[in-house]
Amino acid sequence: MKKDQTLGEALRSRGISRRSFLKFCATTASMMALPPSMIPVIAETLEKMRRPSVIWLSFQECTGCTESITRSNSATIEDLIFNVISLDYHHTLQAASGEAAEAARKAAMEENWGKYLVVVDGSIPTGNPGFSTIAGISNVDMLAETVKGAAAIVAVGTCASFGGIPKADPNPTGAVSVSDLVTDKPIINVPGCPPIPVVITGVLVQFLTFGLPELDSLSRPKAFYGQSIHDRCYRRPFYDKGLFAESFDDEGAKKGWCLYKLGCKGPTTYNACATAKWNDGTSFPIEAGHPCLGCSEPDFWDGGGFYKSISTPTGDIGRNAVYAAGAGLLAGAAIGGVLHARKQAAVRKHQRATIDDLGEES
Amino acid sequence: MEKIEAVSITVEGRGASRAPVSGCSSPSVPTGNLIPLLHEIRHALKRWLDEGQTHVIDLRTIPMSPGEEQRLLEVLGDGEVRADLAALGSSEVMETAFPGVWLVTHHNDDGVLVGRFIEICHIPDILKSQAEDAAIALQRLDDLLSNAETTV
Amino acid sequence: MTDVEFLLWVRGPAFDIATIILCAGIVVRLLEIFLMGRKPDFAEPRGSAMAGGMRTVFHRTLPDPGTLKRSSFTIITGWVFHIGLFVIIFLFVPHILVFERALGVGWPGLPSNIVDAVTVVTIIALLAVLIHRLRDPVLRLLSEFNDYLVWAVTTLPVITGWLAFHRVGAAPPALIGIHILSVELLMVLFPFTKLSHAFTLWIARWYNGAIAGYKGIKS
Repeated sequence: MKKDQTLGEALRSRGISRRSFLKFCATTASMMALPPSMIPVIAETLEKMRRPSVIWLSFQECTGCTESITRSNSATIEDLIFNVISLDYHHTLQAASGEAAEAARKAAMEENWGKYLVVVDGSIPTGNPGFSTIAGISNVDMLAETVKGAAAIVAVGTCASFGGIPKADPNPTGAVSVSDLVTDKPIINVPGCPPIPVVITGVLVQFLTFGLPELDSLSRPKAFYGQSIHDRCYRRPFYDKGLFAESFDDEGAKKGWCLYKLGCKGPTTYNACATAKWNDGTSFPIEAGHPCLGCSEPDFWDGGGFYKSISTPTGDIGRNAVYAAGAGLLAGAAIGGVLHARKQAAVRKHQRATIDDLGEES
Repeated sequence: MEKIEAVSITVEGRGASRAPVSGCSSPSVPTGNLIPLLHEIRHALKRWLDEGQTHVIDLRTIPMSPGEEQRLLEVLGDGEVRADLAALGSSEVMETAFPGVWLVTHHNDDGVLVGRFIEICHIPDILKSQAEDAAIALQRLDDLLSNAETTV
Repeated sequence: MTDVEFLLWVRGPAFDIATIILCAGIVVRLLEIFLMGRKPDFAEPRGSAMAGGMRTVFHRTLPDPGTLKRSSFTIITGWVFHIGLFVIIFLFVPHILVFERALGVGWPGLPSNIVDAVTVVTIIALLAVLIHRLRDPVLRLLSEFNDYLVWAVTTLPVITGWLAFHRVGAAPPALIGIHILSVELLMVLFPFTKLSHAFTLWIARWYNGAIAGYKGIKS
């Protein structure tokens, strides 16, 4: 496909009619939760767009994010790869190509310097560069080299956005997020473990059509991460009334009551699960009866336990209290002994209590 | 269940086996969006009649429990026009039992539902032939005719 | 520090520190009181000190008629916010979960919207006692920094808790974090201020009743 063709021309030369293109724009707008009045804008923008080059870097990840995007049914991965973007490098999908894949990456960078998009999934180990390499190049080096001419970076998944599983205590590989290493390029975080398929493709298409979207304080697009699960949860009326499931499969759980007591992190988690849902709108964890893990938030693995509710402290209260009481006994005995001795001395000397003594607070 | 019984409409026609956009889920709590949605359609229809202004509603963005969307489709019913499109997967454009109110349903190549819209207009744009496509058609006809002349 | 990091810190190390200071503090204070001892009464006992003490512990819960007439505002609003605090702390499910974590047992709670209504009444009562303290000339004369500090440290968790429940004013993780932090402040100051009345009042009542009981008079 000629690189200097516009997207519209490229589609038509492949036999995809403008009517089909309009259908694609309509379903894409719907998927991005944009109003139907935006469909003509999307159509006009995509029509005239030159297909941007995308380099996908997979680092210390479980490949769940790539799996997630290939499950996306709106703007299928094939649609994206062949029609909207020019996916010039993805080492998992190109694994069979060997050296040619690395050459393609370098060529794409040179040809599109300053304009290509870098998509990263997986965290980057900093402990020992050898922990994760591709074609003999460490993740740290490949990231540094590839982002030099990038227009923007999209960190897909919680690992790339915040460090994810590898960063969880004790973080044996020294895993860090993309934002920890790259500070001079715009970064869009699309967290989730994995992110919802339509969210990944929605953010990519939104970025390609309209540029950088509005981001929250953790650099997540507000369009998909602007609402907490709690504020959109269909079980919210039960929370407000104080009707909670006490354990899995008890009466409350069967009636679909709130999962707060089972450790639901919905109140502090921002994602689109409660509205966009999973498997093309089939369901999401809470609807299936499992509390939200908070997988699109930083440090969710170390958040005190998936089944401990967010109102509870994470430490061992009982043990702390016992040790403190023990220390208190020792200290109290000492202090009490001193005070007692002082009092006995005062009694022996027939000292009288004065008004100042009575005014003491403790 | 929603109190749709207040509206007296005879539901006839093929009574859709159309699956709602959101799949099966747990005990559905009616969101009560059915009547407001019908009001929106009604107002849009009036505006179209008076001022010629079209309106599109994206059903995917309106939270409805599965039963409710099914009810909406039943209430709107089937009309006189039905068109099947084969464009990046199948699509169906149908005038409902209320002329001027169209239902557009999109599926992708795998047959998965990817969009459902209600359009209040003369005819949904997607049915119309596009100038760019016609331009290519013109070229193809030219090629066909020039070949035909030489071979005949 | 992001909201999430702040919340994890208050739920983690900060709560551990507050728990240690609270528990150690209570034990130290109790030992100080008991080891100081009381002046021995060498007279012959004419009644039971224990019976007198126990009677006062319960009986002094209700005010005597004279005090009630003289300070009805203080007593009534005091009752209102104490009962309110009891309901909020011990009958609100997210709080019961904290006790369950610490003690191993929980108990049923009230519907959260009822606790919400009680919280509003409690806040009003707390504001009322502060205003009363500021306006009454005698109270104003007697009041010191510690009195206002104790009021603030008690009222802050109630207000921040209400804001956290309704998710207004800031991002929810920050609201919850601020609420827990305000409770930790209360925990840390609890044994070393007037708030210690929560555990010393039973001792004080018992001693008062015991003195009378020992002498053989009604306590």
